[in-house]
This record gives sequence, structure tokens and C-alpha cells, in this order.
Amino acid sequence: MLTYTTRRALLLGIPVLLLASGVTAGVMMRSVPENLDLALDKATAAGLYRATIAPDAAPIVVGAMQAWTVTVRTPAGAPVKAAKIGINGGMPQHGHGLPTSPQMTADLGGGRYRIEGMKFNMRGWWTLDLAIDGPKGTDTVTFNLML
Amino acid sequence: MRRRAYLIPFILLGAGILAAGLHAASGPAVRWTEEERATIRSLALDDLPPLPAEPSNRLANDPRAAEFGRALFFDTRLSADGRVACATCHNPERQFQDGTPLARGVGVTNRRTMPIAGTAYSPFLFWDGRKDSLWSQALGPLESPVEHGGDRTQYGHIVAEHYRTSYEAVFGPLPNMGHLPPHAGPVADPDATAAWKAMPEADREAVSRVFANIGKAIAAYERTIRPPVTRFDTYASALGSGSDVGILSADEIAGLRLFIGKGACVTCHNGPLLTDNHFHNTGIPAVPGLPEDRGREAGAKLVREDAFNCLGKYSDAGEGDCSELRFMTAQGPELLRAFKTPSMRGVASRPPYMHAGQIGTLAEVVAHYSTAPAAPAGDSEIRPLNLSETELRQLIAFLATLEPRETEGEGPKGSENLPHP
Repeated sequence: MLTYTTRRALLLGIPVLLLASGVTAGVMMRSVPENLDLALDKATAAGLYRATIAPDAAPIVVGAMQAWTVTVRTPAGAPVKAAKIGINGGMPQHGHGLPTSPQMTADLGGGRYRIEGMKFNMRGWWTLDLAIDGPKGTDTVTFNLML
Repeated sequence: MRRRAYLIPFILLGAGILAAGLHAASGPAVRWTEEERATIRSLALDDLPPLPAEPSNRLANDPRAAEFGRALFFDTRLSADGRVACATCHNPERQFQDGTPLARGVGVTNRRTMPIAGTAYSPFLFWDGRKDSLWSQALGPLESPVEHGGDRTQYGHIVAEHYRTSYEAVFGPLPNMGHLPPHAGPVADPDATAAWKAMPEADREAVSRVFANIGKAIAAYERTIRPPVTRFDTYASALGSGSDVGILSADEIAGLRLFIGKGACVTCHNGPLLTDNHFHNTGIPAVPGLPEDRGREAGAKLVREDAFNCLGKYSDAGEGDCSELRFMTAQGPELLRAFKTPSMRGVASRPPYMHAGQIGTLAEVVAHYSTAPAAPAGDSEIRPLNLSETELRQLIAFLATLEPRETEGEGPKGSENLPHP
């Protein structure tokens, strides 16, 4: 009897498991949130810095290599010098990262930094995650882009 | 009661015919949103930008180099057995491909031959992107033991004997190669490899430069191979002008709607070449009997180590010109069994499909993308679409509109824009 119940429970459990795995997949493949924050000028997560991003050439062309400039300031607006910036990102809806590995290639002075190797190979919702390592420590900020 | 029940299928059939009639009639009056129109126009050949600059090959746009390259492309002397040219697998009568699952040169490869039209726009070549220019791509098969099967001094001697004038007109004086062995090069054949190692470094470099220039001439020719205009392009160009009526059937338009909408095909098959020129794992099955194929994971390492890449000494580019190579993603789980997105242009007349020709028909291809099976290794990026039989058929109907307009129905051909003397 116990065996029967267990088997039955297992069989009944299969749709639940399938549903759960579907939900998990759903979490991985996030839909675009309403009122997505598309600001290109933002305070970093812990409030250490303020970062602004701008493509060197607009509009952004899908599939083209591009350079961006990141400007880092203190919350009071003073330029943050000698920072190091790491770049990551991807498409939350598709569960994949950026197609390239962009890097900070130049400190342009005045809190401005060049990022090279940026590319977006499809339209849609992209995120850009910057890790800014400056005099006050490391902080992160995520920007949203809709192409 | 029974009689009425008997009538129901006829009523349904009638309603079906009526619905089909309305559907067909709705073709000319098709409504697209502004965003859909923009997407459709972004796929049209009209939207293809001029050929990108090719700083790693200073002769990329030289018509004399292209003429020389065309001669090399069709020359079967550039092989181990005198029977294999680039055109053997890249047959210009068949969109510069061969229609077989695995390419056959002097032996059999592990991959499907790729078409050439429009590849000048691609930063990485081959299914795994192990080359970063058309000229370095052309060199790979020449030294492959199963494709052309030859070696560098052999090719150098052929150029000196048969193409001296053409070569020197574009690349300058050939080095003296008379004293070099007939067969030497860094290839699979141990005798040729031993002969290569025995050569002085200066000779090896001089021959390698001739070899690289063979690739650069072939690339100059390949840059002239453009994708032909299709019926879809005619439709996309005419869209909104009122003259788009009657170019595509209702089924083809429904398929286009699926392609850019529910099917999300356009996510990767984007732009006028209908490819993002990137690498994706879409769960394509492995081929029993072939060695494990890790796709882009292997290709990314190979291109970085390639002596003929954009940053190498045979490249004409400066470091600043090589951003694709410098900033490419070289590792990560997404690279495993990720393969190049092929262009959809001419796809209907180009079976079999995928990197090893493992899917025989377009019907099976769309069924694969609709069901989205798990990948044999790594994670598939696609998710099930659960398309109906009608939708699958419509998608196939749309893909057939990407055949060259002038030759539709009789097998497409590539088109060259080579200036003729």
C-alpha cells in the first residue's frame, strides 16, 4: 500500500515538477519590467559614486562594434579620478550575456573613461553592469538599454 | 439527430473554406504596426550598408587582386591531388556551397560547407569563428589534410610558375623560392612538416607571406560575392508605398509575421543578411561517429592563437583596427556548442542544414526550433514555440521568399559584382 501511495504521489508529482521547472525557466527568461528605468545617469548601488554612460556614436547600431564613455563623479559632483571599471551585462529575457567582452581602455581625465569592445547583436532589453573601483571603494551600477 | 451530426463536418469544412478565403483575401490588406514595418525594412537588402573596411587586407578592394583571387578560387592545382579548388565545395552554381552534409575535398570534413555571399560583413568565419577575416579563412582549407591537402611551398611554387605576373602586379616581387622543397609546411603530413622545420626562418616567413597573399587575393574576390535580391526584398522595399500588394501570398505574410513575432526568429536572424553573425547553442544534435564538436568554445581559442589573425604579422591592420578580436568573448558556458548563425538568404534551396548537415529538410528545421529539444552539451538558448502545423507551414512559405528573385524555382545562383576587364 505504501509502495502504491508513493508511486502515485510520484506520478502526481510529475506535473508539479514540470510546472516548477517551467516557472524556473520563466525566472531565467525575465520579461521586461513595466516602467523600466532607462536613465543613463545613476547613483551606484551603495551610493559611493554617480555614473553616466554615453555611446561615442549615436544611434546605437545593432551588430556594430562601438566605444562608450563612462563618467564617474562623487555624489557631490566632483570627478572621480584613477578609477578602474569592469563591464558586464546581457539580456535578462534571453538569459545570455554580452556577445563581446568590453574593457576600459583609457582614462580620459576629468572622471571620464573609455570603454571599448561594446556590441549588441540583437534588439531588445539589454543591461550593462559596471563595477567601479575608485578611491572610496568598489560599487556597482546597472543600466538598462532598449534597442 | 444522426443526420444533423453527419452534416457537422461539412459545415465545419464550409466554415474552413470561408475562413481560408477570407485569410487569402486579407493578404493585400495586411496591417503592420510601425515597429513591425521598421523590423521588416531592417531585413531588406536595401538596408545593407556598404562593404565594411578591411584594414587587415590592404588589397581587399583592389579589382586586380579580385581577378587574381577569382583565378585561384577555381584552380584545382591548389590541392594534393590536382582535383580540389575552393569552388569544388563552394560551387557558384549552388550559392557557393555543395549541398552535402559534410564537405568533401581530398577527404571528408566534419562540417557543412558554408555559403559565401555576404560573409565580408562577418567578423568571424567558419561555424566556430576560428578565423577573423576572409583571407585567413581561405588559408585554412588549403592546409587541411581533408580539404585541399596541400602545403605552403607547393602553393608558393604554383604561384611562381602560373601567376607570377598577376601576383607581382598587386603584391610586389615574389621571393626566390626555386631552392625550396616542393612540399613543405606546417601541415598534417609528417614529411612536409619535417621539410618545413628544416627551412631557415627567413624562407619560412617569405613563403608564409606569399601564402597569406594567396588568401588576400581570394578574399578580394569573395568580397565581390553579394547576396542576390529576393522577392522578400521587393516586398520590404515596397512596404507602405501601396505597391506591396500581391508580392507575397497570405501564407508568406503570415510566415513573415511569425518570423518577426511569435517565432522570434529575428532575434538572431536580424539585419539585411538575416544573421547576427554571432554564435548560439540551439540544441542541434551531435552527429554519431564524428568527434566531439565544442563549437565556438574551440573556435575562440583557435582564432586567438592563429598566426594569420588581425593582430598577427601577416595582417595589414594596426592594433586599433582589431577590436573584434581584442574584445571577443573567449570563454564562458555560452560558447559550448555555440555555432554561427547562418544567413537565411537562399536557405530554402540549401539543404541539408546545420553545422554538420544533420537536419535534412526545412520542415525538420522549423520543427526543431518549435520544439526546442535539450542540447547534447551546454545549454540551448531557445525555448519551445509549440507552433501549429499551419504556422510551421507558413514559416516555411516565408523562408522560400528569401530565394533570389530572378532564379526562383530553378535553383539560385550567387551574384558577383566583379568589374570585368
